[in-house]
Amino acid sequence: MSEKERKVVIELKDVRRDFQVGSEVVHALRGVSFKIYEGEFVTIMGTSGSGKSTLLNQLGCLDTPTKGEYFLDGTPVRKMSKSQRAKLRNRKIGFVFQNYNLLPKTTAVENVELPLMYNSKYNAKQRREAAIKALQDVGLGDRLEHKSNQMSGGQMQRVAIARALVNNPAVILADEATGNLDTRTSFEMLVLFQKLHAEGRTIIFVTHNPDIAQYSSRNIMLRDGKIREDTQNYNILSAKEALDALPVNQDD
Amino acid sequence: MNFINLLKIALRAIANNKFRSFLSMLGIIIGVAAVIIMMAIGQGSKESVRKEISKQGTNVINIRPGADMRGGVRQDPSAMQTLKMSDYEAIYNEKKFITHVSPEVNSSGQAIYGANNTNASIYGESIDYFDIKQWNIEQGDCFTEEDIKKSAKVCVVGTTIVSELFPDGQDPVGKTIRFKSIPFRVVGVLKSKGYNSWGMDQDNVIIAPYTTVMKRILAQTYFSSFICSAITEEMTDDAINELTEILRRQHKLKEGDDNDFQIRSQQEMMETMSSTMDTITVILVVAAAFSLLVAGIGIMNIMLVSVTERTKEIGLRMSVGARGIDISNQFLIESIMISITGGLLGIIVGWLGTLICSSFGLPTAIPAWSIIVSFIVCTIIGIGFGYFPARKAASLDPIEAIRYE
Ligand SMILES: Nc1ncnc2c1ncn2[C@@H]1O[C@H](COP(=O)(O)OP(=O)(O)OP(=O)(O)O)[C@@H](O)[C@H]1O
Ligand SMILES: [Mg+2]
Repeated sequence: MSEKERKVVIELKDVRRDFQVGSEVVHALRGVSFKIYEGEFVTIMGTSGSGKSTLLNQLGCLDTPTKGEYFLDGTPVRKMSKSQRAKLRNRKIGFVFQNYNLLPKTTAVENVELPLMYNSKYNAKQRREAAIKALQDVGLGDRLEHKSNQMSGGQMQRVAIARALVNNPAVILADEATGNLDTRTSFEMLVLFQKLHAEGRTIIFVTHNPDIAQYSSRNIMLRDGKIREDTQNYNILSAKEALDALPVNQDD
Repeated sequence: MNFINLLKIALRAIANNKFRSFLSMLGIIIGVAAVIIMMAIGQGSKESVRKEISKQGTNVINIRPGADMRGGVRQDPSAMQTLKMSDYEAIYNEKKFITHVSPEVNSSGQAIYGANNTNASIYGESIDYFDIKQWNIEQGDCFTEEDIKKSAKVCVVGTTIVSELFPDGQDPVGKTIRFKSIPFRVVGVLKSKGYNSWGMDQDNVIIAPYTTVMKRILAQTYFSSFICSAITEEMTDDAINELTEILRRQHKLKEGDDNDFQIRSQQEMMETMSSTMDTITVILVVAAAFSLLVAGIGIMNIMLVSVTERTKEIGLRMSVGARGIDISNQFLIESIMISITGGLLGIIVGWLGTLICSSFGLPTAIPAWSIIVSFIVCTIIGIGFGYFPARKAASLDPIEAIRYE
């Protein structure tokens, strides 16, 4: 497929983000430009404080650039009102957080339904069906009614991924989604993300772990709020194989 | 987000914190119950006073000596001696809008029969009195005009006197009792009236010819009041004008002089009583309403705690697409729900409290509007005191909120 035919999901043009901390100005992003095409699996790496989370918040429409333009699915985000951005988050973005962020004392299915609660196009029945389908997609079809505090970290993260999928978003954003998980469970998540990638979803995955870059299709390195490297990975490793190769129950 | 979803979320939030929600409801429950009980007692007393007064006959007019005392100035005792025999005769002879008139004097003291005695009041009246009060003799007869003329020592007695002085069930008619050592022959027994709304036993009375009481007991030449009845309730005003005219002429008052007597119709008394009752009710209700204000502040406090506690949840909801208004509605509905549930429970508690009060003999009546008002007030409290916490929740920054620990 040639570059021109592919659909651009995300386009950043010289995005800058400054924070005022007391009398000082922190330049968290100092002019970031890139395009992300539909179906890409992009990992974003960089040292702590390099601006990864700040960048992801921009992409997730949780924050607006101090300068520069951001187009999500062709829509300019910078000049939008708060509630327009909320709607954009609701319809086009799926977020997966490091610490899962599930609602406490709430079942898996209800957690996954959450984004659709804020979408008036769904009625209660459609909402539930969509949530069940998303949970089945992440392999939790048999844990629908489990409460968030009755699940393991890996299961909670799967619920969080299902929640990010349920609104059929243009892009899935993950900020250190495997940061709190052991190696084995991390690979299980990677298998899941690769599966979603294979289904044609666009994924942006922030991570500290350099190994993970090998399982994505493209890797962006940040340093001091600037892109230092942006490389395509033509030799994507299979997370499934890596998982199978891991020694079973090595901790016991 | 639609309303049903909001309700579900609010219900869950309340259910997750049952005890805390209940505590913040408690203020509302107590406040509303207090308001309802106060209103019920106020309304009940008012109704019972009204009933009492109208039972006395709505066409009844009272005349008292002395100028209108509403200014609060102390009067010379002689000012209280302005109602004379000649006034009575003038009214009696000239009355057009008045059917009956009775002069009144009274005294209280001990009544004795044999070994039994009781404290009682004696009222000196004319025969008209029984017509004005629509009070029948149940046993025996009334005293006569002849008795009045001769200041005869005869009387009719109320049933309480009978049971106190004749406990063994003797027929009192024909017996001679003593009141302040003066012998009175009982000629009749009055029909029982029971207690009035002030808790006064209306049957603990002795009624004798006014001449007898004036001369033999009080040794005075003036009356303490007149009681009259207008032809109909509608003619009360005409009757009052007529009485005023007669008395002013009798007392030789010049134009511009104040009346040295007061004429009050039963209707007027009823209105004065009602407005006094209203004032008392308002004071009680305002006091109770302050507890509602305090309850509202309690709700606000709990909601602020709840917003802080759920900062992360708010951040999450925002990150998946909740707008500020969705978040503020969520908290607003929660606080409205707490206050309305509290209000409904308060109405029930108030109603039970009212039942308890009336079982202790307090007159009560729950006015329908007090329930409606309580309900509306609770909604307003929910909105009013929930608004600030809800705004606070809605204005959180999603990034900071979701990172909040
Ligand atoms: N709200 C803020 N106010 C002030 N400064 C901020 C804020 N958010 C981020 N920064 C600053 O911006 C820079 C980039 O922060 P960011 O959180 O994006 O780093 P990161 O790459 O995600 O780091 P890590 O890998 O530790 O998560 C840091 O210097 C940080 O101090
Ligand atoms: Mg970060």
